[in-house]
Amino acid sequence: MEHTSWLTGTLVYLGAAVVAVPLARFLGLGSIIGYLGAGILIGPWGLKFVTDPQDMLHFAEFGVVLMLFLVGLELEPRRLWSLRKPIFGWGSVQLFGSAALMMAAAVLAGVDWRLALVAALGLGMSSTAIGLGVLNERNLMGTTSGQSVLSVALLQDVAAIPILALVPLLATAQVEASGGGWLGAAKAIGVIGSIVLGGRLALRPALRWIARSDTPEIFTAASLFLVVATAALMQAVGLSMALGAFLAGVLLAESEYRRELETDIEPFKGLLLGLFFIAVGMSIDFAVVLKQPGLVALVVLGFLLLKSLVLWGMCKTMPLPLPERPVFVILLAQGGEFGFVVFQTALGAGVIDAATSSLLVAAVAISMLLTPLLLVAADRWLAPRLAARGQKTLDEISEPQDAPVIIAGLGRYGQIVGRMLFANGITPTVLDHDAEQIEALRKFGWLCFYGDATRLDLMRTAGAHKARVLVLAIDDVEQSVDVAAMVREHFPQLTIVARARNVTHYYRLRELGVTMIERETFDSALMSARSTLEVMGWLPHQARNLALRFRRYNIEQLEKTLPHWQDRAQLIAAAKQGRQQLEELFAQERKEAEERRVRAGWSGAGDSSVEPRPTAAADAP
Amino acid sequence: MAKPPDSADVLVIVAHPQLEHSRVNRALLRAAVALEHRGADAGAPRVAVRDLYALYPDYLIDTAAEQAALAAARLVVWQHPIHWYSMPPLMKLWVDEVLAYGWAYGPGGHSVQGKDLWLVATTGGPEESYRPDNYNRYFFDAFLPPFEQTAALCGMRFLPPLILHGAHRASDAEVSAHAAVYRERLASYPDWPEMEDLEVCAACEVPSTERPPGAQELPATAKPAAEKASA
Repeated sequence: MEHTSWLTGTLVYLGAAVVAVPLARFLGLGSIIGYLGAGILIGPWGLKFVTDPQDMLHFAEFGVVLMLFLVGLELEPRRLWSLRKPIFGWGSVQLFGSAALMMAAAVLAGVDWRLALVAALGLGMSSTAIGLGVLNERNLMGTTSGQSVLSVALLQDVAAIPILALVPLLATAQVEASGGGWLGAAKAIGVIGSIVLGGRLALRPALRWIARSDTPEIFTAASLFLVVATAALMQAVGLSMALGAFLAGVLLAESEYRRELETDIEPFKGLLLGLFFIAVGMSIDFAVVLKQPGLVALVVLGFLLLKSLVLWGMCKTMPLPLPERPVFVILLAQGGEFGFVVFQTALGAGVIDAATSSLLVAAVAISMLLTPLLLVAADRWLAPRLAARGQKTLDEISEPQDAPVIIAGLGRYGQIVGRMLFANGITPTVLDHDAEQIEALRKFGWLCFYGDATRLDLMRTAGAHKARVLVLAIDDVEQSVDVAAMVREHFPQLTIVARARNVTHYYRLRELGVTMIERETFDSALMSARSTLEVMGWLPHQARNLALRFRRYNIEQLEKTLPHWQDRAQLIAAAKQGRQQLEELFAQERKEAEERRVRAGWSGAGDSSVEPRPTAAADAP
Repeated sequence: MAKPPDSADVLVIVAHPQLEHSRVNRALLRAAVALEHRGADAGAPRVAVRDLYALYPDYLIDTAAEQAALAAARLVVWQHPIHWYSMPPLMKLWVDEVLAYGWAYGPGGHSVQGKDLWLVATTGGPEESYRPDNYNRYFFDAFLPPFEQTAALCGMRFLPPLILHGAHRASDAEVSAHAAVYRERLASYPDWPEMEDLEVCAACEVPSTERPPGAQELPATAKPAAEKASA
């Protein structure tokens, strides 16, 4: 019987997702709305495929648990540290500013302060899953607003831990209900501490031992075991399983097996998030909504409004570029999955009652449902207006330009190219999408414009039909390839000098007929190899020759494998063969040089006018 | 990197580290390139030009390509300015690396034997500066033996060089006249009037006792590896 229900359940979830998600994408609503819609559809208030509230709860929790494990896995302490200022500064402003504002509003409305505090903290959270999902979907991760959303989301992830631990403390009035407020909190802190400590001390040796068995599936099983074990332990002391999974993730993020785990689990990530969203859709308790539609609407609108107020203030002081602000505000104004966890913990601890919890959960879920819709609305009505207003400050390229060189992308790479051109009296036309960067560089006399180089009209305005060289320094591979294809088609006279992120990118540009391509890290890596050889005793000039010859050989190999770069097997075979040849060649030369040194008794080599130079034999490529 | 050279009767090796500043060498280069592009007329020699500073801006000479270019040539021209009484550094590196032991000279090194070598050079100082009573203290001929002997060691015949002195101060007319002579010479090779008076080059055999012990094995082992890598 269990098997049948499991099968039916899987069938229902997957079926709903497969139908709803492509439909939503087709309607331009994004995949997240599709999942949410699928959840509503199959939930107790839709087709009733899943009616058992217990079933639904388990499922929702399963999604949250696994998602938080993945969030934790990506949250390595070092990354956390490098973002500490935006995280702890702006993140705290967002979370505690919004919470304080909402709590004040609630208390003024006559709500008990404990309930107000829990509700405010829970509603102050934003959905990391939707936020990061939307940023990835829209390729906004690299923008200022993307980084800001990430920072705030990270603080919420971190702040959730003390918040969840402290919620039971609020239940002092109902000690009996929670089974010991102070004691419970102490136990909670104790378990978290011991997990962190035990994880740091015991996890690595254990994983190393398992990895040595050379059985990949056992390794994946071990990591899942770890998640489940941590979750079970947390549950045993009355804490959220999701929090346990998150901790397990962070602990694994510190281990040297993180990459392996990520590649193992990455394929499941999208589907697991999807299941989570479905669960959110199902968890909207329409009974609560229908019973008090006015109150729910008031809570939803009220908390969205108050949070937006704080967020808009942050936008202005940060400051964020105008067109990026709606996304930032909308993504962070919504409630989030941590809200569910907070309310559930509070319910468990007896701080709030079931009806209030349902109401708050419904409010959060509705706000999450609204988020993708609000984004679509903002795209349609708000963004064009902001872009029009922003144009004055952002200078999207509008005046036709006629510089002989165009640089697309002025990041670390394009900047160096541009500076060298600038130093030699060439002022290139520069296109970039980072408004701050553009502002800064314009002050130094650069012809910088805000614009997307993949757009034909913008490239024409930038003078692509008259220019001689396009320096293609965009770091996004897809965009770079798009621009190259478009330029080859519409501006054949324009020579492309391209930056390649990696070999695949190199091949793709090469296939479009671009010949002047530099792999962005190749030459600097060769310089490092050269320095290393020098430290190891090679003479500086010898090291330089070896590096340059390695470079030439490597490029010859690349060109040779170009015809079959998409055939992985052939490519690997060719690469292996090439490496072997190079190693043989260098080894041969080393041997000969050594023989000559020995036989010549190097010190008295004499008549240098007819003497072959020591490197003469090593000159052939 | 370097394009595979066509087989040509006349191979012009150009080396000027600051071609952008040299009127004369640019004019000479243009004359040679014009012949290269003219293609093969009936009877006229085919000319190939290799501008070393353009081919190897990083001083990483493709020895195999250079040796292949030399193989078919009957006349090898070195066209470069005289810097410090000698050739520019990349030209010297070319000599060091391309005219290798066991390939161009020494045991088994007969690859350029019997070819003609023609030096086409310019000097900054005027002709009268190359006199015992002037600042260059020697007649210009006194600086030629290293060139002559390089040719001789490889079994090449050293043709009388074509020198333009005082290149900085040469008038436009002088420059174009000089370039015309150069072009005419390249186009008419080997039918030069002075050819009859020239001796056949004396072969310079390097006795194997003069070599560092073991060096004889070098070419046999080094060459296959080089060919494999450049294939």
